[in-house]
Amino acid sequence: MQQVEIEAKKTPLYDRHVALNAKLIEFAGFKMPIMYSSINEEHLLVRRSAGIFDLSHMGEFVISGSDAESFLQRVTVNDVSALDVWQVQYSCMCYEHGGIVDDILVYRLPDKYMLVVNAACLDKDLEWLGSHLQGDGHLENKSDDYGLIAVQGPNAQRLVAKLTDYDLDSIAFYHAAQVKIDGHELLISRTGYTGEDGFEMYISPDLSPVIWDKVMNAGGEFETGPVGLGARDSLRLEMKYMLYGNDIDQTTNPVAAGLGWIIKLDKGDFIGRDAIVRMKEEKPPSRLVAFEMLERSIPRKGYEIYIGETRVGAVTSGCFSPSLRKGIGLGYVKRGSTKVGTELAVLIRGKMIPGVIVKPPFYKHGSHR
Amino acid sequence: MDTPDGLKYSKDHEWVRVEGDIGTIGITDFAQGELGDVVYVELPEAGKTISKGESFGTIEAVKAVSELYSPVSGEVVEINDKLEGDPALVNQSPYDDGWMVKLKLADPGELSDLMEAAAYKEMVGE
Repeated sequence: MQQVEIEAKKTPLYDRHVALNAKLIEFAGFKMPIMYSSINEEHLLVRRSAGIFDLSHMGEFVISGSDAESFLQRVTVNDVSALDVWQVQYSCMCYEHGGIVDDILVYRLPDKYMLVVNAACLDKDLEWLGSHLQGDGHLENKSDDYGLIAVQGPNAQRLVAKLTDYDLDSIAFYHAAQVKIDGHELLISRTGYTGEDGFEMYISPDLSPVIWDKVMNAGGEFETGPVGLGARDSLRLEMKYMLYGNDIDQTTNPVAAGLGWIIKLDKGDFIGRDAIVRMKEEKPPSRLVAFEMLERSIPRKGYEIYIGETRVGAVTSGCFSPSLRKGIGLGYVKRGSTKVGTELAVLIRGKMIPGVIVKPPFYKHGSHR
Repeated sequence: MDTPDGLKYSKDHEWVRVEGDIGTIGITDFAQGELGDVVYVELPEAGKTISKGESFGTIEAVKAVSELYSPVSGEVVEINDKLEGDPALVNQSPYDDGWMVKLKLADPGELSDLMEAAAYKEMVGE
């Protein structure tokens, strides 16, 4: 029998991962490194010093034209008009019913906007955005034109500073700049998904391996190393950052997910606004909570959450927290049972393992500014 | 990957080291490499009787959780309680400090169903 397989895409840094002996998995259609040596060690390296990530699978769209701003105001929940040039904004796109299309970063650049979207959502986002374009608004998928390398950790700036004369202090948190790195003009931003200070660098595919090698070799007196998607997941979870497909998706809405802070109702109409207003008034039937385990066990996606004998929800993300040395998780829990300090239990392989709802983030010593 | 001679190996990636009528059991270097960072190991109490093929505990790694299947039958005479405080021993030293349980073998004849190092290496494609 003939098997037809769609071959996973390779990022511009694929050969580097193979040379580093990374464990590769298929993620969102890409062959990505899940770990190089140890998820725990890579996680702690980022918390302690600096880690280097290949995030080239992420999608980049460019929105241009005189109606670009009004278009983005309609398709995202945050207020794009509040952005200065070179500022970056976390936001999400919602359907009319309030469910989430994707969570995104919006970059305001001098003559256009750039959206950074989840790789797994790329095709869907492109189609959805395309269907709402109007007037003089142009949408281009530039994902194949950009590799993306992130440097994250308390030493991230010291590391990047070795490759540039640019005054990195002048780039504030959630701001970007065009910076000459190793002689090449790159878009970089002080952003990340770890809770630590750090930069994300958008680089052409040809140049990506060159910059990767420079960053990898720039450590010197402080520890650095490559970090895979495994540690990226536990780092983001320790901060209660959402992962689309786990904690948020088309069936959840930003109010229940605790993303109320990015919804700007005052900016005028946008897609999903009516549903979100209704959700805020009626209060969502369940909310995303952060909890930690009181016994040695790891909650994992899909496990059921109980309070007493009553099933109140399910785990959407869970892991062993390398920083806290215990199991931590997120899950939607029924209204009335979501207060910090509420004791719950997670059904783990037939046993009720006790846990408690805690105030996020789990990890409170991040170096992000 | 390390697969020492002199041990017996199961298709479930456990090893047995036989000394007299005692069999020491752990997981192979290949298995720990596949699992990644081990964070919890749940083991039975001493005195418990275990049958061949039965689950005698669980091993929880960062990425996934796996059952531990006993390659032989017997009574648990000792467990490696160092693994409670330092589960990473399974990753660092799967054949020595990372051992899991010692069984008093009920039927040494069962050992002949297990693989030698060479056959195990072949099975995992080394």
